Amino acid sequence: MTIRNKVLVVEDEPQIRSLIQIAMARTGHATSEAGTAHEALERLRKDQPDVVVLDLGLPDRDGLELVPIIKRNTSAALIVLSAREASEEKVAALDLGADDYITKPFDTDELLARVRVALRNRSARGSGDPVVNVGDVSIDLPERKITKGGREVHLTRREFAVLSQLAKFPGRVITHQQIMAQVWPNEAERHVEYLRVLVRALRQKLETDPQRPQVIGNEMGIGYRLKMDSNPAA
Amino acid sequence: MNEPSRPSPEALLRSAAQEGRGRLKIFLGAAPGVGKTWEMLTEGRQRREAGVDVVIGVVETHGRQETEALVVGHEIVSRRAVPGGGQGAGEMDIDAILERRPQLVLVDELAHSNASGSRHPKRYQDVEELLATGIDVYSTLNIQHVESLNDVVASFTRVRVRETVPDGILEQAEIEVVDIPPDELIDRLKDGKVYIPHEATRALAHFFSKSNLTALRELALRRAAQAVDAQMLEHLRAHALAGTFAAGERIVVAVSEQDHAEGLVRAAKRMADALRAPWTAVHIETQRDSNFRDAERLQLADTLALASRLGGSTTSIPAASVVEGLHAFSVEARATQIIIGKSSRSWWFEKRHGSVVDRLVRTIGDVAVHVLPAGGSSVRRAGQPARHPPRTSSRWGKPADYVWSLLAVAAVTVSGRLLLEAIELGNIALLYLVPVMFAAATFGLRAGLFAGLAASLGYNFFFLPPTGTLTVNNPENVISILVLLGVAVVTSQFGARVRAQADLARTSSRQNAALASFSRQLTAAASRDELMQAICAEVARLLDVRTVLLVPSSAGPYLSAAFPPEDRLDQIEIAAAQWAIDNEQPAGRGSATLTASDWLFHPLRASSSSERGVLGVLGIAREDAGAPLRSDLLPLLMSLLDQASIALDRMALEEEHLKTLAAGERDRLRSALLSSVSHDLRTPLTTILSAAHEMKRNLSLDLATTIETEALRLNRFIANLLDMARIEAGALPIKDEAIDLLDAAAGAVDDTRASLQGHAIEMEVAPDTPLVRLDPVLLHHCLINLLDNAGRYAHPGTPITIRCLRSPDALLLSVIDQGPGIPRGQERRVFETFTRLEGSDRARQGTGLGLAIVRAFAEAMDLTVEAANRDDPQGACFTIRIPARRIIMPIEDGELS
Repeated sequence: MTIRNKVLVVEDEPQIRSLIQIAMARTGHATSEAGTAHEALERLRKDQPDVVVLDLGLPDRDGLELVPIIKRNTSAALIVLSAREASEEKVAALDLGADDYITKPFDTDELLARVRVALRNRSARGSGDPVVNVGDVSIDLPERKITKGGREVHLTRREFAVLSQLAKFPGRVITHQQIMAQVWPNEAERHVEYLRVLVRALRQKLETDPQRPQVIGNEMGIGYRLKMDSNPAA
Repeated sequence: MNEPSRPSPEALLRSAAQEGRGRLKIFLGAAPGVGKTWEMLTEGRQRREAGVDVVIGVVETHGRQETEALVVGHEIVSRRAVPGGGQGAGEMDIDAILERRPQLVLVDELAHSNASGSRHPKRYQDVEELLATGIDVYSTLNIQHVESLNDVVASFTRVRVRETVPDGILEQAEIEVVDIPPDELIDRLKDGKVYIPHEATRALAHFFSKSNLTALRELALRRAAQAVDAQMLEHLRAHALAGTFAAGERIVVAVSEQDHAEGLVRAAKRMADALRAPWTAVHIETQRDSNFRDAERLQLADTLALASRLGGSTTSIPAASVVEGLHAFSVEARATQIIIGKSSRSWWFEKRHGSVVDRLVRTIGDVAVHVLPAGGSSVRRAGQPARHPPRTSSRWGKPADYVWSLLAVAAVTVSGRLLLEAIELGNIALLYLVPVMFAAATFGLRAGLFAGLAASLGYNFFFLPPTGTLTVNNPENVISILVLLGVAVVTSQFGARVRAQADLARTSSRQNAALASFSRQLTAAASRDELMQAICAEVARLLDVRTVLLVPSSAGPYLSAAFPPEDRLDQIEIAAAQWAIDNEQPAGRGSATLTASDWLFHPLRASSSSERGVLGVLGIAREDAGAPLRSDLLPLLMSLLDQASIALDRMALEEEHLKTLAAGERDRLRSALLSSVSHDLRTPLTTILSAAHEMKRNLSLDLATTIETEALRLNRFIANLLDMARIEAGALPIKDEAIDLLDAAAGAVDDTRASLQGHAIEMEVAPDTPLVRLDPVLLHHCLINLLDNAGRYAHPGTPITIRCLRSPDALLLSVIDQGPGIPRGQERRVFETFTRLEGSDRARQGTGLGLAIVRAFAEAMDLTVEAANRDDPQGACFTIRIPARRIIMPIEDGELS
């Protein structure tokens, strides 16, 4: 039984709005729609949505400007829609506080999956399930205990720091900067290549086939996410 | 630089921009006092009354009341003050007239010479400029000032005027002869109605004799008729009415450094006009030229310049002798008439060498040879020295030559004395031949004769009995002495000729070497800028001058190269350069125009067949601000300019050609793009549309899948189009980011799931593969296009392999399929835009863009990509080669724990 959530769709193309609305209705979410940034802010105040799907290309205002406003004034999960080429834009939106992104053109299943992840992370904030399961890997953050197929896996301090960043919000993309900020307090030490090496080491320990990673997914040019979609239990 | 006489470049530029020439009317008179000015003013008044905007540029009334009365009522443009003053009321102010822009200007005395410091040295040049801006001009001229008649008039009036007007001016003018009978003119002269400058009174007394005036009048009338004739001819020519020319007459006039050569040139001009024939003034360069003094060189240059002003072509050709050169040239030029001057050499000289005329007539077959007397001497210009001072060094040689000769003779004498016991007396005479031949061959005739004399004296004194005296007993011994002298003469002749030839060859080879190196330097230039810089540097080096090169543009000429580097020129220089461009004539210092400039500008003209006109203008100046060029370097400069023009022209041509090629290539791409877009967009769209239609009636999962697949295909195609557009726009920001190739491969496989359906992916990327530093997005697109391509061509059910290998200096990332492979020999072409390879299975659906994008993106990141075939199993293998500098060295574990 799914809880009925309120989704605000901010998108200037009516066809896309109505498609999203159909998809949301299929999974039992109620939607409200906005075609401009102005309308979006109004709807935000009136409707108190649980999830906002925000297209960054709006006619009256840069969608990026709305990201901090939404995050500051509401507790809604925020998923941004963006064109394929704009990886800087995606990173910027994520670093400004957006919970996830999805690239146009997208299929609605993908969008629904992201919404689901965002909603779960939102409700998990504060309390939440302390143990995250991805495939046969189980991550117990408070206990700092990682197992694969029931066997405990030993991680170095920094490997654990990386993994815990991903496991705090399973399924959500975490940007390189967001991860590194937690792993290397000293800014001068933050290098993506160090992060890549750590992720590679983590995969060696956690993945069944490190050449086909099923636990830690790479988001090209943006960051990593813990793959929750592969988990049939999710 | 602040003199009031400084010409205004603005006015020049303005004038240059105007189109359409004004008309010139010349009131031609036989002599001063016939009433030309009066006639001109009268007609000017009539025009003014008819509503034409008339001003007086300059009119000399000489205080005559009837003339002054006519001036009243006309607007007069005040004259320009002349620095130094003195010359009456100053010169015509051409800038003021250009400013005023009347329809018609009255300009008296066309032949007038302007005061120094004026824009042009001659008034007719001012008039030319007025005409060029579209202003009509009325002017006056006396027949004696016509260039080609200058000699004729001087020959019977005994007065030579220095101010002449080129015939070309008359030929473009309407001519009205102002004519009064000679008796009437003489009466007017007696009444004091004819103005004669005070200092010329005596000289002119003879001028106004009745016979002179009659002859002058006849000349004036004939010249006017001729001008009408010439204009008629021009008209016929312009309207392509052939057949009015005298058939095939060609005139060649041989000119020398002597001053009477100008007379020959004028005679040639008259003959050419009469025969309506083209004509050429030719100077034959022989060994004598190397002995020319500056004055002689200048005279020669003047003569050739005169010929050019009179409308003839000019050339200078080297040859062993005048006859030989003239013969060769006249054959080449198919001359029918040759004009040469009678030699001013001595009777003795001509007997000994045979006169040029005789030999020429004998050598040349059916060409008419006109021999004209050397008429220049009797009417020599004032201020010119009567005869050249005799040459000293060249004929008599240096004193050292004689000393050496004497020493050689003395040496033979001493050795002869020593050998006297051993050899016969007659053989000693033979010994003496050695110093004689040596002196004659080395030092020339006079030294040779000197040595011969010394040898015969020595032989006589020291060897011939009675020795110790200069008497000769045996008559046979006289022969010995004569032989010695004879040998001296003959040897010196041969020696001199050989030496002269060698000198000439050396000079000529020096010039040729200079030209050859110039041409080599120009050929080496790869771009227009480089070429211009090379021209400047080479001309500067060869002529020892400073050089600049300006290129015409709509905003005036701009400096595009200089040697030594120069970044600005004064206004006056710019004006001179502009003038040179507009008029295709030299301008600046040492030319006829804008002589106040420090620089001399020569235009670089494109070949007449092209429409590019003047390609640039080369300025030269001397470091010490002296005259830019020695007169003997002029021919070299001309050759250099020719070569520079050709090189520039060629470069311009090449650039045009390249542009055309590029445009062609763009057109080809554009049409390929159009056909590709229409095919690759329409096919999926058609499928989607018909599937959607069908679905309205029959809800089916298959149809939805079809729509989804085709939409994805469309999406991929549009993504590629966008990528291509970004590549072509040159707007690819390249990021350097540490990348795990495993992630990159996995991400690409993820994104191509749809097109890789039915194929297993074999990932052969070792976990310890080093990280690389690349743009993640570009690499991703390279990989998805390679995978896409593999999925399209691989046989169904076969695996597709992604393999990463390490070579000593690179990482090789390959995508390998098992399919038909690439047609042999097409391994490179597959990466070309819109190439869909012909043959077997390669022409399947696809955009033809994918592999081109792979290559473009790879190259943008400094990578190379190549295609190859594999045999076992058969298939294609595409490899991206990541060079070592893109590979990140393994990171110490300690840093990360």
